[in-house]
Amino acid sequence: MTRPPDGPSPLLLDMRDIQKRFAGIPALVDASLSVRSGEVHALIGQNGAGKSTLIKVLTGYHRKDAGQVLFEGKPFEVHSPHQAQVNGISTIYQEINLVPLRSVTENICLGREKRRYGLLDWNAMHAEAERLLSRFSIGIDVRRPLGEFNTATQQMVAIARAIGFSARLVIMDEPTSSLDEREVGALFSVIRQLKAEGVSLIFVSHKLDELYEVCDQVTIMRDGRTVRSAAMEEIGKLELVAAMLGRDVAAVEGHATAFGERDRSRIGHMMFSARGLRAGQAVRDVSFNLRRGEIAGFAGLLGAGRTETARLVFGADRANAGEMTMEGAAYNPQSPADGIVAGMGFCTEDRKSEGIVPEMTVAENLTLALLPKISRNGVLDEQRQREVVERFIRELGIKCSGPHQKVRELSGGNQQKVLLARWLAMNPKLLILDEPTRGIDVGAKGEIQRLIRGLADQGLGVLMISSELEEIIEGADRIFVLRDGVSVTELQAADANEEKVLTAMAHGASASSEAAA
Amino acid sequence: MNRARLVRIIGTYGVLIALAALVLFGYLRYDRFLSYYNVMTLLRYNSMFALVALGMCFVIMTGGIDLSVGSVAALGSVASALASPYGIVPGLAAGIGAGLVAGLINGVLVTRANLMPFIATLATMQAASGSALLLAGNQTVSVSYESGFTAIGQGSLWTFPIPTTIAVVAYLIGSLVLNYTGTGRAVLAIGGGEDASRLMGLRTDRVKFLVYVASGGLAGLAGVILASQFGAGQPIEGVGWELFAIAGVVVGGTLLTGGSGSVVTTLAGVLLLGILFNVLNFENGMGWISLSAYWQSVIRGLFLLTVVLLQARLTRRRVGAL
Repeated sequence: MTRPPDGPSPLLLDMRDIQKRFAGIPALVDASLSVRSGEVHALIGQNGAGKSTLIKVLTGYHRKDAGQVLFEGKPFEVHSPHQAQVNGISTIYQEINLVPLRSVTENICLGREKRRYGLLDWNAMHAEAERLLSRFSIGIDVRRPLGEFNTATQQMVAIARAIGFSARLVIMDEPTSSLDEREVGALFSVIRQLKAEGVSLIFVSHKLDELYEVCDQVTIMRDGRTVRSAAMEEIGKLELVAAMLGRDVAAVEGHATAFGERDRSRIGHMMFSARGLRAGQAVRDVSFNLRRGEIAGFAGLLGAGRTETARLVFGADRANAGEMTMEGAAYNPQSPADGIVAGMGFCTEDRKSEGIVPEMTVAENLTLALLPKISRNGVLDEQRQREVVERFIRELGIKCSGPHQKVRELSGGNQQKVLLARWLAMNPKLLILDEPTRGIDVGAKGEIQRLIRGLADQGLGVLMISSELEEIIEGADRIFVLRDGVSVTELQAADANEEKVLTAMAHGASASSEAAA
Repeated sequence: MNRARLVRIIGTYGVLIALAALVLFGYLRYDRFLSYYNVMTLLRYNSMFALVALGMCFVIMTGGIDLSVGSVAALGSVASALASPYGIVPGLAAGIGAGLVAGLINGVLVTRANLMPFIATLATMQAASGSALLLAGNQTVSVSYESGFTAIGQGSLWTFPIPTTIAVVAYLIGSLVLNYTGTGRAVLAIGGGEDASRLMGLRTDRVKFLVYVASGGLAGLAGVILASQFGAGQPIEGVGWELFAIAGVVVGGTLLTGGSGSVVTTLAGVLLLGILFNVLNFENGMGWISLSAYWQSVIRGLFLLTVVLLQARLTRRRVGAL
């Protein structure tokens, strides 16, 4: 691609006045998006603002009702993701849309297989997959099923797949939500390489710092409209958030999270403790404890053993060694049922596959674990179900058309609330939240954070795992840093700061634990 | 760990081990089990089922099901019997053609009308059965013995039964398509996640359509062999073939929900079930006990359950869940 030496590069994509309705409800009212060649373009907006719909219109997954799309100066009309791909548009969707049962190679190469004598050349395809992954310094066995790898690796595979198509335009819908910092760094360097090769990128993310790091231009959407488009350096963070939320700049100033200041005198007696937990390779030596009404944060890089430890606590996996106590009594769960009986609740990281049942209604999802309690002689007591459901919809502010709306149709934030409500309805003493605000827009994120705080104020013990540093630092009363399956440091909220937590995550921190190495 | 690897291999190829064990059992217990006559008869008879199961295997790998294969085979047998006086090629063409038409209808119903495969193929199953009876005039249709048509089912190539040769070739092609073509890999990808596959840019509808057409064609071919082997087009045959085929596919380790499977182990699954029949017949022949057809059915059911349970145990760790 040759570019004029001066002035802006030509428009690669020009979407104008796009409209789209689903069953009469407008999703896109007046959306526009223009991307130049070799530009990294941020597309931001709250969940439900229409970003994903706009992208799916572009990639032919949805058909637009009105509007015009020009790609490379020509009218662009595709009716399937396949056609979009053929025309040079490659997409990484928000939820990892790959096939877990199939091998990494197949997930990367399907759709542009390498052939020899008309038949698939597996050696060449494995090599291609390895080559693409090596750009992110990932060396995994590409012959293994994708589902055997963790979420972050799967996300990198999705990215490797997209860039392997040598597209003119790569769309990344929240590519970093499951990546740790090192992986994000690798992704950004690949983005810069692509940009240098003249490829354009549309980058959707809720993480503002990332946008400022890699993006040139930004388009802000709200309620199905494009409300603003500007060069990244011309618009401040606060202004950006304000435009996204449709609020005054003054209203969003202050803390990065919505946890607010806590009155820690309300934290009660020691409720739970774990000592020397060990299970397989992932958890090698983890000790921590939790008081009533306390929020304990687990910090650590991906693979540090945070989720794995949580699963041990809940009883989803069994520990090989170590002791746990709950309310003063020895606690040794053999299954999640034991955990629930002991008063545990567990909101998993992967809402989609381990949490909600998308095809079921809000009411059904909410009372799934509660059915025995609200049934009489095995028959569901609908009156009680309605009471419980309506109470939680009200208390948690779940935005839905009613208890009978399908959960699939809710936004990510509201799905998360349904999941939270399901556990809260069980009246737990200790709630484990694994990445409670992952993939949720700024507004809903604040609501969830306030909710978590409110629950702790009422005496619930919360074990929160989060990859967002500010969430841990501002939200947790005490922080346990895990590194390579070992709990290396405990920090009080009062003297925790980013540097200390990062140091512990990266190096294993305090002098006392270094002797072990 | 080597142990984990071993478990995985047993899980995947468990059906081959079970097959070998059953053959060994038969060989040690019954004198004429591995006799030339018994082996060739067994292979000849089970070729039809193997062909039907091959198509079923592909359909199931996409996450679908084809209930129509039995009655489509019956329809194919009638059509080929009617065409048999004109020679081998017209006989083959009529039977396979009838199957392809049925498969085409299935494919359209599933991909264009967006019907659930279960319902779509259930409807085709009824319609094909009715068509077979109409075409045959409610009776079996004798095939022509002069045109050479019977060679397809009864003849041998050197010493190998022709239907078995056809089945082996079909499985080789099936295995090649599954493992070495984009369409084959798309079959598995669709079964593993249809929406994801579509977003990945795979032409999911086209692949699904092809799979049903292939299944219909193979069922039609099985019908040709049926007519040729037994000398008549049989409009009321084929009842329960779909279940036998599904059983063979599942015993072969293919996931009923799609996304994972193998052509070779499907063949092993069909053989395993076929040999079990054979073993039970030998057992009766020894005269010590007399198993009625009912008891044989119960034993086959229990055997099927055992194999599937063992496989589930061995492969459980493949898909992690909370």
